[in-house]
Amino acid sequence: MTAVAEAVGSNRIVQGQGIVNLLGDSDLPPQEERELRKQIVRKALEALATGPTQ
Amino acid sequence: MRIVYYLNQFFGGIGGEEEAGRSPEIRPSALGPGRLLEQILGEDSKVVTTVICGDNYAAENAQAMIALVTEAIKEAQGDLLVAGPCFQAGRYGTAAGAVCAAVQDELGIPAITAMASENPGVDLYRESIYIVDSGDDVSRMRDVLSSMASLGTKLVNQETIGRPADEGYFSQGKLRSEFVAQTAAHRLSHMLLSKVRGEFFEAEVPIASIDATPAPPPVPDMTKATVALVTDGGLVPSGNPDRIPRAFAKVWGAYPIEGMESLRSGEYEVAHGGYDNRPVEEDPHRLVPVDVLREMERDGLVGKLHPEFLSTTGNSNPLENSRRMGREMAARLIEAGVDSVILTST
Repeated sequence: MTAVAEAVGSNRIVQGQGIVNLLGDSDLPPQEERELRKQIVRKALEALATGPTQ
Repeated sequence: MRIVYYLNQFFGGIGGEEEAGRSPEIRPSALGPGRLLEQILGEDSKVVTTVICGDNYAAENAQAMIALVTEAIKEAQGDLLVAGPCFQAGRYGTAAGAVCAAVQDELGIPAITAMASENPGVDLYRESIYIVDSGDDVSRMRDVLSSMASLGTKLVNQETIGRPADEGYFSQGKLRSEFVAQTAAHRLSHMLLSKVRGEFFEAEVPIASIDATPAPPPVPDMTKATVALVTDGGLVPSGNPDRIPRAFAKVWGAYPIEGMESLRSGEYEVAHGGYDNRPVEEDPHRLVPVDVLREMERDGLVGKLHPEFLSTTGNSNPLENSRRMGREMAARLIEAGVDSVILTST
């Protein structure tokens, strides 16, 4: 749903895995799922530390 | 109908920009546009008091000007306040909007004004008062006053006010239930056909306009920053202590995570009617990633994880409501010294 975030004027948007599994994936083994979550959160932290480009 | 009329120094016949500092003057009869309004309304209506105020004075002494006009309308036992039309005059429009809103709120006396769509008074007051669209052409004075007269009379008589496009006022952003002859499918097909043909059509649920939000500056050093987790995905402790509804939520909650390594499944539930809640109820970290942030805090990637997460339900929520909750949440986080927020949204 990043289109909604864009439409309401959010400046730093990181795409999650999906709507019901935003920061995870029920089909992955727990360790891999946690790794996936870490990647997305890390991207969010990078976005917080980066200035907007437009 | 007893009318009190508000005019600026220009339309009140005192003078132009050089007289903009003039303090308010009260006259016991109609002047300028007020005389024309009396003609339009006929014998049963009379402008009993006119307040003339310089644009600069009104801008710099808004409270004093408003107090004087409310006093004048009480004294005159007025039924209606009319201000303007202001066309594109910004200070005039802002003052007219402020005085109309105050008279309506404080005294319960109806008020009407008119402005061009570009006038800053429109965006400031369109939601709380009736502002007739005057356009920017002053020569349309009579037409504009006719619309104001018709709307003002309806307000005083407490008649039903028609739609903005029919009555000629700026939309107040209100939705009203009405019975209509055609089904939604029928109406939508007509709208679609009109759109395809390039003809005029009016949406029943206008899309609210959203102002651009300036981007906050980057966090200089994440390894020293406090990070808070906020979600509109509706994660709440089991039992939903704040009773956050599954849609149209007007409330939000703050839930402690201090010293917690993770959010235990079974201790949380999801109050959100807009998505399949099972994956998040099975593992709340799929929405609120306390587990990995705790690890990152330990590894020094972030300074500190804020000791509570904030949550509400972003399902079918009117924009005004969401804005208010956002402001409240931001105030709480700023007060707690939070540097950055990760907002997780479903």
